Amino acid sequence: MSAPGRSQARIPQRAAQGSPIMPPLVKPPRKNPILRTPQINLPPGARGRVALGLTAAAAEGRFVLQVCKECGATQYPPREACYQCLSPTLHWQEQSGAGELLAETTLAHSNDLYFRERLPWRLGMVRLDAGPSVMVHLHGEVGAASSRVRVGVRLDRAGQAVLIGFPEKGSEHMADDPMLREMASDPKFRKVLVTDGKSPVGQAVVRALAKAGAELIWVGQAEPWKQPEGFAELAALPQVTVVDLDVRDERSVQELAALIGAKVDIVVNTAELHRSAGIAGRRGTDVAREEMEVNYLGLLRLAQAFGPVLKARSADGAAHATAWVNLLSIYALSNYPAEGTFSASKAAALSLAQCLRAEMRGAGIRVVNVFPGPIDDEWNQNLPPPKLAPQAVASAIVKALQGGVEDVYPGDIAQDWLARWRDNPKVLERELAAGGQ
Amino acid sequence: MTAYLKRKGYEGVALTLPVTVSYERYSIHGAHWYVGQAVRALVQGSGLGKAQIDGLTVSSFSLAPDTAVGVTQHLGLSPRWLDHIPTGGASGVMALRRAARAVQCGDAEVVACVAADTNHVDSFRHTLGAFSDFARDASYPYGAGGPNSMFAFITAHYMQKYGARREDFGRIAVAQRANALANPNALFKTPLSLEQYMAARPVAAPIHLFDCVMPCAGAEAFLVMTPERARDLGLPHVLLRGAIERHNAFSDDPVMVRGGWAQDRDELYAQAAIKPADIDVLQTYDDYPVIVMMQFEDLGFCAKGEGPDFVRSHDLTHAGDFPQNTSGGQLSCGQAGAAGGFIGMTETIRQLTGQAGARAVADARYGLVGGFGMVTYDRCLCTGAAILEAAA
Repeated sequence: MSAPGRSQARIPQRAAQGSPIMPPLVKPPRKNPILRTPQINLPPGARGRVALGLTAAAAEGRFVLQVCKECGATQYPPREACYQCLSPTLHWQEQSGAGELLAETTLAHSNDLYFRERLPWRLGMVRLDAGPSVMVHLHGEVGAASSRVRVGVRLDRAGQAVLIGFPEKGSEHMADDPMLREMASDPKFRKVLVTDGKSPVGQAVVRALAKAGAELIWVGQAEPWKQPEGFAELAALPQVTVVDLDVRDERSVQELAALIGAKVDIVVNTAELHRSAGIAGRRGTDVAREEMEVNYLGLLRLAQAFGPVLKARSADGAAHATAWVNLLSIYALSNYPAEGTFSASKAAALSLAQCLRAEMRGAGIRVVNVFPGPIDDEWNQNLPPPKLAPQAVASAIVKALQGGVEDVYPGDIAQDWLARWRDNPKVLERELAAGGQ
Repeated sequence: MTAYLKRKGYEGVALTLPVTVSYERYSIHGAHWYVGQAVRALVQGSGLGKAQIDGLTVSSFSLAPDTAVGVTQHLGLSPRWLDHIPTGGASGVMALRRAARAVQCGDAEVVACVAADTNHVDSFRHTLGAFSDFARDASYPYGAGGPNSMFAFITAHYMQKYGARREDFGRIAVAQRANALANPNALFKTPLSLEQYMAARPVAAPIHLFDCVMPCAGAEAFLVMTPERARDLGLPHVLLRGAIERHNAFSDDPVMVRGGWAQDRDELYAQAAIKPADIDVLQTYDDYPVIVMMQFEDLGFCAKGEGPDFVRSHDLTHAGDFPQNTSGGQLSCGQAGAAGGFIGMTETIRQLTGQAGARAVADARYGLVGGFGMVTYDRCLCTGAAILEAAA
């Protein structure tokens, strides 16, 4: 079977199966414009409702299995009743993933197109110390059976949780394993658009991406006349190209998409307008409308302009289009009255991001939502600490891309609000109404 | 533990009229076509009217959304006893056990046991993806290799644990191919050498091409009735002497190294009052050679771990000292879906009633049939076995 463009469709194979050290990924060759751009085929994405519990935790980078509340037995595959005592009370519990690789195989054949295009593909059967035997995708650095491994979880290209057998101690380049790279959106050798590179977070994101090996970073600026401290230095980085982009302006967004859209592998939407006020604190709707223009409609404009071409390039070689990152806010989960209109715009953006995620899923493009607590910038000047350093937000974004995580809540405040929200959203609403205590 | 009810024997049960509907690699017919042709052959071969077949079991993967119920109306049957047995490779033994009890108790006089599947060009992929809840959640997303991946693990683990080599599995595949050459229904018509076996392309190492069965369309069927009835109808028949089944056995074994046979075989041989050495012809379930080897061990022909030595020191062809899968088995006939769970049963009836033609095992009196089915996640869950004896 050889279809035109097949060589381009194939993901580069790892040099050696079960080699102790991963050879580093080399810069992918330039695209051959004569060949058809390969289209994505997703791995099998069907899961039962119970099994989606694994996916929900994997979206935050956590590996959980069901554990019986009555007898303590760890279950896998996911079940509706305990296989030992038949209790219906099975709780998802964090796992260390320690286990022993008992057997492995390398698929040279698959009936599924996604795997067929990525053969050979290494699989293992691991006995977890916690009990169950689990089938895993096997990292190239895991030695032959039997050997100790650490099982972790990732979202695959279909956005569903899959278990991965990692070496107990990986090499420096272990993220370059082609299987693992498929499960994440590593910026290494990728071309990234940062929609606002002038905000403190935007600048930090650009620097973090450059450090993570991004090949090219387009840095959007809405106000060319503004020259914040450090920006000139950032613009001089070899990877960086500054481009005009005002997400409030449909034409500006469309023009940039026409110029670079077909090359962007990752969009990081850092464009944000943040003013402090509730309803009674400010007359009129001008500021609230501006917040919506940037935080909500800005995302919509970007998604309409860059989304389709991103989807069309989601299997385009080793550095295919891979992810979309939204800088949201923990206030998107529940309104913080002191920043009432900003919270509302972020809640709108979250809702739209869920729509974007659903639309991108068919193409295997990951939508990452970042929910920071208050960031240590000029618009949170009067807020007491703890506040999140812009660098912390940036490193959380890069880490999410590298780790294939879908929802990120960086910082102590975000984690605290998330825990309260999960525990009881109504109670959190009352707490926030009382001043955030 | 107090035994409230002693298990009853299988006396007074005969199997007759082994039917095979010709296998085809791909078919444009539906599963109902194959069920229909199997039942037609049973009716024509037995001289019974359709109305006299008052019991029916059906096994099929490709009949959906129908079950045995839909088959009755489709074929104009009106049985007073009906069972649907969706257990693939174990369905032959399980159908026999249920039919035997129905006949013994008088719930039915003549039970038709039918397994049939069609195979369209894209059927296999669809079957794999929707095989079970656990497969959907925990194995299919991992390379979509189907049973190949799981049996690669089981084979690799067995090789490591007991020192089996690929050549040992090759001996099984090669002997079965030799047997198939004397079976006109086998889809594989050319000899297979050990060199060819070893040189085959990998599918999921250590599983290579000739370790895999070829999915195809076809049907297998037989009738269960009392020996008296079979005699009156003038039908060559065999007697059921013992039968076992077990599901989800040894679930604590981290990787499958033994099947449920090991748990129940003593009872099997006790029912028949014979020993493994008395078996003249063996039909194992052979979706992969490693499972054939496990059945040699778990059914008591050798000890656990001695499978590799056993195949090195025995001739497994129909003319050999240990005739095994004399029809060629699924490895050389093709796997007609659930009919793969019946192929050992029809072949044993043929061997014990002088209908095995050029592959007949001389003076065969006892035959043993293994059944093995349903990889829902990391192993096959259903095991079964039956001992048949030639009617005096």
